[in-house]
This record gives sequence, C-alpha cells and structure tokens, in this order.
Amino acid sequence: MSEPRIRLRGLRKSFGEKRVLDGVDLEVAAGTSLVVIGGSGSGKSVLLKCVLGLIEPDAGTIEIDGVDILALDARARRAARAAIGMLFQNGALFDSLPVWENVAFGPLARRTLARRDARAFAARILASVGIADSVGTLYPSALSGGMQKRVALARAIAGEPAILFFDEPTTGLDPIVGAIIDQLVVDCVKRLGSTAIAITHDMASARRIGDRAAMLHHGRIVWDGPAARLFDSGNAIVDQFTHGRSEGPITMELRR
Amino acid sequence: MLDLLAAVGRGVIGACRATGAASLFGLEGLLGILRPPLQPRLFGRAFVEFAYFSLPVVALTAIFTGMVLALQSFTGFARFNAEGAVANVVVLSITRELGPVLAGLMVAGRVGAAMAAELGTMRVTDQIDALATLSTDPMKYLVAPRLAAGIIALPLLVVVADILGVMGGFLVGTVSLGFSVPTYLHNTFTFMQTGDVVSGLIKAAVFGFVIALMGCYHGYHSRGGAEGVGSATTAAVVSASILILALDYLLTQIFFVR
Repeated sequence: MSEPRIRLRGLRKSFGEKRVLDGVDLEVAAGTSLVVIGGSGSGKSVLLKCVLGLIEPDAGTIEIDGVDILALDARARRAARAAIGMLFQNGALFDSLPVWENVAFGPLARRTLARRDARAFAARILASVGIADSVGTLYPSALSGGMQKRVALARAIAGEPAILFFDEPTTGLDPIVGAIIDQLVVDCVKRLGSTAIAITHDMASARRIGDRAAMLHHGRIVWDGPAARLFDSGNAIVDQFTHGRSEGPITMELRR
Repeated sequence: MLDLLAAVGRGVIGACRATGAASLFGLEGLLGILRPPLQPRLFGRAFVEFAYFSLPVVALTAIFTGMVLALQSFTGFARFNAEGAVANVVVLSITRELGPVLAGLMVAGRVGAAMAAELGTMRVTDQIDALATLSTDPMKYLVAPRLAAGIIALPLLVVVADILGVMGGFLVGTVSLGFSVPTYLHNTFTFMQTGDVVSGLIKAAVFGFVIALMGCYHGYHSRGGAEGVGSATTAAVVSASILILALDYLLTQIFFVR
C-alpha cells in the first residue's frame, strides 16, 4: 500500500481541563477526499488547525508525505504548510482588500505571481468557480454568503495546493447554493488532483464531497469508512449522528 | 485574609505575564520591521491612517492648549509680577510636555482604538488565521507596519502640535494680553532650546510605538466575537493612555533631572 499523503498519529490537544483531541489517528490517501463529521465542539476545527499549524498539539505526530512536520524547524514547517489551501467556515476574506486581491493574495505573498499579472490571474481563478470578472473589483462586504464562499474557494485553490481543507463549506447556505459549492469543491479537488479533508455537519454535503468519512467523538475517531456508508455504517454513534436522533449513545448535557 | 492575598497575588502574576507577553509581542513586531521584505504599501496605509487622519484632532488640541496655557500663565504669574514669562512657559510646556503627551493621548483614542478594532475583527473572523495559511506572517504583515507608522508619524504630528500650540499662545498673548509681537517672539525663540524640542520628539516616537503596540496587541489577542473586540478596543486605549503618562514621567526624569 502506498504512503498516505496525510497521517495523524496519537494527536492530543487540551485547552485547560478540557481535552479536545484525545489520540486522533487518521490517514488520508493521496488524491482522495476525507470528510470528518462530529458534533459541535467535538474538535473538528481544532484538528484542522493543528495540521495547518495554527494550533500546536500537545502530543502526537502529523505526517505529510511521510515527513513529521512537528519535528521540522519553523521555516520548513511554513514551507510544508504552503502546500495546503484552506477554505474557512465563514470565508475569512480580507475585508480591506478587493475580491481580486483576496484571490491573488497567496501567490503574491509567495512571490510566484507579479503584481501586474495578478488581476488577470484572479479573473481566471474566479471564472473557474463561476464568478464574473466584474466582481473582482468589489469588496467582500458587497457579496452574498454564497458568493463569499466561492471567492474563498477561489482563494484556497489559487496556489494549486496539493492538499485542501474545507471547514464547513456549506454552513449558512441554502440547499441549492450548498449543493453548488459542494460541486465546485469536488471539481476543484479533481482538477488539481489534491488530497482533501472537509469537516461538516451537513450529511448531504458529506456524501457529495467525501470518498471516505470519519466520525470524531470525544476526541477520538470512532468510525472510518466509505462516505457512501455514512447512513448504514453499523456504528451506533455514527447512526445516531447521521440520522439526527436524540436517543442513542451520544448524550448532551442540557441545563434544565 | 488569605483569599485577599491570593487575589492580589493572582493580579500581580497576571500583570507580570501580560507585561512580558506584550514586550515579546513588541519585540517580534520590531524585528518584523527590520526583516525583509519591506512592506511599503502597508506602511504607507498605516502611516496615512496614523498621521494624516489624526492631523485635525491633534491640531485643534494643540492650538487650544496653547491658548489656554497663555491665559492661565498670565493670570497666575500676575500674582507675582512675572507676566513676561508667559511666552517662555508656553513654549517650554508645549515642546517638552503638552505637545507629545496630548497628541499621544488624542491619537491613542483615535488610532489605537481603530487598530484594536480592526485586528480584533480580523482575529474573530479568522482573517489572521487565513493570513498564516497564505504564507504570510501576521506579525510582519499586520503589526510591523503599524509599529513603524506609529514611531515615525507621532513625532511628525508633534512637530505640527508644537508649532500650533506656540501659535495659539502667541495669538492670545498678542491679541488679548497686550504683548507686542516682537517681544513675544523674542521671548519664545531666545528661551527655547533644541533639547526641548528634541526631547519632545523622542517622547513622541516612544508614545507612537506604545499606541501602535497596545492597539495591535489587544486586537491581535481579542477573543469572543463582538464583545471581545469591544473589550480589546477599550483595553488598547486605556493601557496606551496610562503607559503614555507613566513613560512621560520616566522620560522626563531621564532627560531633565541630573
């Protein structure tokens, strides 16, 4: 079996007394998409942020192409992480910059793109996510939620990253726009040949985006299998979550 | 009693920790200024915000302060027949103290708050994390240009404040208090020394750094949505104002007390 592109081993992270990740083991093969599902506060975003280097894990290893990036020095870590594109939950577009500059930001920062070529470059990337060139001069605050998501997707893929992360790509969107974003995500991943990890609550989105799926519960991966099996996984925790049942092994502490 | 001591101890430890964290943050920001590549566009944007848009508020503050100072000095000194010292007092007070301190306080309220709000909003909307994922060091991109702008812009504002403050005193002195123009100007320029102006400008550079540092530090570390951004903004203005006054004392001690 070939080396997985991303491999997490025993990843742990606590915030004070709260243990968010409690030994996460996960592998993602090159060119495939993994969807991580789990309840609110289950640590899905923390998991992505650990891989991105935005949060330092307490223990464990994060291997990309067989190299433990936690063992690298800061410069080498930054270089390894430059290969990762990220679509943030709320887009996280820079509201002080016009759309075209948001899209071209990464290549400009890496100096792989000259400023005089950035406008045309951004127009080409925006076209690939179905956005007209005229939108490029607008600021993010002038865009709808769906448009902002598409611009954020354009920014994430602009550097043609080998790895793409999607944090709740369809949150806050209506079902039709959500389906369009999912299709764009799938198209982008296939076109670039990227390896992708998406985290989501949206089961329809999970099945559309993912080749495989994993469920994070109490800081651990409790199930890992084909995304097509999400609704008949045979795992009681996954079944309760995917079917949205209030009764089952997942219990919520409600204040009465 | 033990509870009280524990609370005081926690407060002291917290203050020490915050001071250390802010100092390291400032050091990292200063190193960011020196580390290539330079960011002239970002510096220019921060400089315009710091200097150009603060000009009206600093100018008005300085001119009215100079006018009030001339009036107060005149009425006070009249008690011991020293009215002639008005021009000297105005120029010394403005250049050494009031120019840098009042300009610093006004800019802390205007620019420090805006910096904290902008960076705080960027923090709570993940824009700072997004920068890091796009091969951009947020300290270099967001903090360093603002610190550089603060260090350079406030001394320039204080030059304007010095001129307008002295001019305010001159107007009141010559129009209302009966000084002749040549006498007032003579008293002003013969008494003023280069060191008075330079010490004020050095203070301004330090205050500009402190304003930018507090704005960036509190904004960068804000948490918890709109309320967190609001708290960061308040903390930035309050801490910068207190530090300006405390550092003013310290710098005055260094410059003028032998």
